[in-house]
Amino acid sequence: MDTQITDHTSNHLIDYTLHLADNSLIMGHRLSEWTGHGPSLEQDIAITNIALDLIGQARNFYQYAATLSGSKNGQPATEDTLAYLRDGHEFKNLLLTELPNGHWGKSILKIFFFSSWQYFVYQKLIYSSDKQVAAIAEKSLKEVTYHVRWSGEWVMRLGDGTEESHEKIQEALDNLWPYTGEMFQPVEWENELNTGSAGIDVQNIKEDWLKKVSGIIEKAKLQLPDVNAWMQSGGKNGIHTEHLGYILTEMQFLQRAYPGCAW
Amino acid sequence: METISKNITEEKIWEILEEVYDPEIPVLSVIDLGIVREVNAENDSIEIIITPTYSGCPAMDVISMNIRMALIQNGLGDVKIRQQLSPAWTTDWMTEIGKQKLTSYGIAPPVSKTFDKEYLEKLIVPCPLCHSKNTKLISEFGSTSCKALYQCNDCREPFDYFKCH
Repeated sequence: MDTQITDHTSNHLIDYTLHLADNSLIMGHRLSEWTGHGPSLEQDIAITNIALDLIGQARNFYQYAATLSGSKNGQPATEDTLAYLRDGHEFKNLLLTELPNGHWGKSILKIFFFSSWQYFVYQKLIYSSDKQVAAIAEKSLKEVTYHVRWSGEWVMRLGDGTEESHEKIQEALDNLWPYTGEMFQPVEWENELNTGSAGIDVQNIKEDWLKKVSGIIEKAKLQLPDVNAWMQSGGKNGIHTEHLGYILTEMQFLQRAYPGCAW
Repeated sequence: METISKNITEEKIWEILEEVYDPEIPVLSVIDLGIVREVNAENDSIEIIITPTYSGCPAMDVISMNIRMALIQNGLGDVKIRQQLSPAWTTDWMTEIGKQKLTSYGIAPPVSKTFDKEYLEKLIVPCPLCHSKNTKLISEFGSTSCKALYQCNDCREPFDYFKCH
């Protein structure tokens, strides 16, 4: 394939595709840590199913990013080199996705915040001027719809559950809240890309997201933190929390120790 | 070797594909599942376009391999299998025969025709064993990406439901 990737738009498109891929991979990897540890067999299966969907989405985005990237240092980029051989500062995932799972309620909230965001992003990306990004979004949106519903129901169950479950999820809500702002703050390469309409302006989905999230939080009898509170950011520009390093160390170990190792 | 015309080859391939089964739900062929979009046979090269079901479904890689194997066994070698994401796969593409096969296998087939959120909320899934409509959802996610877990309130049996997608 002859793809001209020298112009800025294409480079920003690679960044954007990697951002979408990294989000799904890191979130999926985190959730996969629940395998065998869920509170009941059915919920263990549910959360790992979500992890599987996310890793599947990540594969689709990485494969596309690889075809856009071409070669690096004489090595052709593949979905595996992009996932296993990039360093922390090259990852563009939202900080929220890399945070530790914590207890069940905290993991549920992470999924709920993230999936609701993905839902509105994909809903707009279906109309992306880039056909492949649109196709992956179309496919993923169906899966994400289930993730939002499942996690939303759990937020209500825990918030409106026992005194202990309410207290725990309220605390998780307060702790995770400062990591939600980044979802709606575009960075430079996002702004540049939006002029070409391949991506979306995340500022435009903030209202929808807030409406969805605050609706469930209200039903769950939880207290919504200050919407205008100070927010963490940096993930999309490769400035991460210390947690990402630990994830990559474990996830990338095999390819680092045994380059090119395959099944 | 005799020269077979394009149409005969394509027809034969569709027949062969009816014998390629989903490794996770071995009663359903890839045709029943509705994942085969196109079969193109030009001269000696064959192209088959399939739509993946779920993004992370590990059965997809096995299905591609099984398609390749089935064609080789029938003397058709040079095959390219291409995955196409859009339009996204939907359970609406599952054949009626496929749905009947699922029921007799003990899995409730997708109830609704389109992905309709309103409908999903008040969904009634009949028990594939005793056909009672008095059933309850146990978990939105089941043993594979495509299924949810239900239980029948009458015969008390738990069962899989192939989700509308």
